[in-house]
Amino acid sequence: MKRRRPFLLFTLLAFGYAFLYVPIISLIVYSFNVSRLVTVWGGFSTRWYGELLHNDQILSAAWLSLRIATMNATLSVILGTLAAITLVRFGKFRGRTLFSTMVSAPLVMPDVILGLASLLLFVTMEHLIGWPAGRGITTITLAHITFSAAFVTVVVQSRLSQFDISLEEAAMDLGARPWKVFLLITLPIIAPSLLAGWLLAFTLSLDDLVIASFVAGPGATTLPMVVYSSVRLGVSPQINALATLIVATVTLCILLAGWLMHRQETLRRRAPVIDIS
Amino acid sequence: MTTRATINGSARNAGEWLGDLLTGHHGRRLVIALPYLWLLVFFMLPFVIVLKISLAEVLLGRPPYSPLWQYLEDSTVQIQLHLDNYRRLWEDPLYFIAYLKSLKIAGISTLVCLLLGYPMAYAIARTRDSLRNLLLMLVILPFWTSFLIRVYAWIGILKSNGLLNNLLLALGVIDHPLALLHTDFAVYLGIVYSYLPFMVLPLYATLSRMDLTLLEAAADLGCRPWKAFLRVTLPLSLPGIIAGCMLVFIPAVGEFVIPDLLGGPDSLMIGKVLWTEFFSNRDWPAASAVAVVMLVLLVVPLALFQRAQEKSEGKPPL
Repeated sequence: MKRRRPFLLFTLLAFGYAFLYVPIISLIVYSFNVSRLVTVWGGFSTRWYGELLHNDQILSAAWLSLRIATMNATLSVILGTLAAITLVRFGKFRGRTLFSTMVSAPLVMPDVILGLASLLLFVTMEHLIGWPAGRGITTITLAHITFSAAFVTVVVQSRLSQFDISLEEAAMDLGARPWKVFLLITLPIIAPSLLAGWLLAFTLSLDDLVIASFVAGPGATTLPMVVYSSVRLGVSPQINALATLIVATVTLCILLAGWLMHRQETLRRRAPVIDIS
Repeated sequence: MTTRATINGSARNAGEWLGDLLTGHHGRRLVIALPYLWLLVFFMLPFVIVLKISLAEVLLGRPPYSPLWQYLEDSTVQIQLHLDNYRRLWEDPLYFIAYLKSLKIAGISTLVCLLLGYPMAYAIARTRDSLRNLLLMLVILPFWTSFLIRVYAWIGILKSNGLLNNLLLALGVIDHPLALLHTDFAVYLGIVYSYLPFMVLPLYATLSRMDLTLLEAAADLGCRPWKAFLRVTLPLSLPGIIAGCMLVFIPAVGEFVIPDLLGGPDSLMIGKVLWTEFFSNRDWPAASAVAVVMLVLLVVPLALFQRAQEKSEGKPPL
């Protein structure tokens, strides 16, 4: 259908993108500013990056956050994939409504509620069974998994439901066992969504301030907690440098993932025969 | 060689046995049970505990609340339910104002997100394929970068000597800096900015799935484009609108970071009240009661969201 391009629509679209990107771009620009005053341009410099790399507090918090995010992402992908398979493949079973409610509620549940609820759970559990002893990296990871897995489920669910089930049936007709069908057919096809889910869970965990603040003990300080306390004291050029590094990493990862998926798609189109031996 | 082959063979048999176990009837149960139990223990059970502790009394000690029941010597159980926390929520106008203000800020922000996000999603869904993926990626990208840092970016823009004031001063629009930071305006801006991708994505999902021949049919029958939009496109995108609005509204009601960093003393939102009760006053029971009432307020929006998710079964809006 040919239609003329409505001017207003594209003006709004441009405005929307400007709104989304101006703050991020301003952060990047001022991260290269000589002046400590974030809003006065004093000349180009990479001074704040140097200081950032020598800020032990930020570095150790970043290291802790990366470890938590990796563990969280890996376990969330396993849990989220199982939940997605349950929702897409298993049809009706007893307790399905409760299950799908529990899967979708963490997507929207306010962080303060999730944080408080998780903390009270951990305190009660420690009181009753002695685990998890104290609070720190374990409790942060456990609390993160619960809400990240919900996001993984959404991502994997959408890929699974577009999946052509006749591929599995064909493999089964040719004598492959269900487990082998899963490993050789299902898993490779949903693999991009597992990767996307892993990355999403990773960033969600890396980004979380509120839940981590509730469930972290005095010993565990994650990156967002350090950023938050420094931001409360005022604008700091080091945080701008950190933000720029994060934006650059995320952009690179998304471009790489997009390119990989694109390549896989073209490869599959070129070679439609799947070897299941 | 033979031994190795046997070992290989038995390892393989064990693998197959395990594989069949996982994919067979019992496997199905295991696949369901693992996430089910996890969510019951780590998501459902905590709410029961929150409810329980909201009925306790604050104490100095570890844990800082009174036990709900105690076993007395003559094999009786004494149960003490303290309703004081709820009475305080009812009697102290601070809480009532904070709840009302949270609902208002979240509601208006959701509406603004919808008014800005709908045209964006519509435009993205109707552009040509090559451009569409790029535009979509540009909406998702900010969502992947740190939320905290994106809120922080607005401090630099809205400060009295910040970018926006400098720009307006240079353009001669204003002659003295406006107080933008630490106002309700900044909170609205922050929420709309942070949650806009959550609105655009589900809207895009429903709009891009729409059957465009319906619009052709409407046009063939003499329907004007805007009327076709109102009577065909808009009703068909309703599930996306509901999902998007709930994805913005529900977390915005309990938002803490945005009112804390961008808001002023009078932009008191309930998430911040809960945070203060917990961290500054160390009053866990009061914080729990605040959370319970917030959950009760959110039950209807949560049910709406759940229904939208169920309806789009297999085609989740995100």
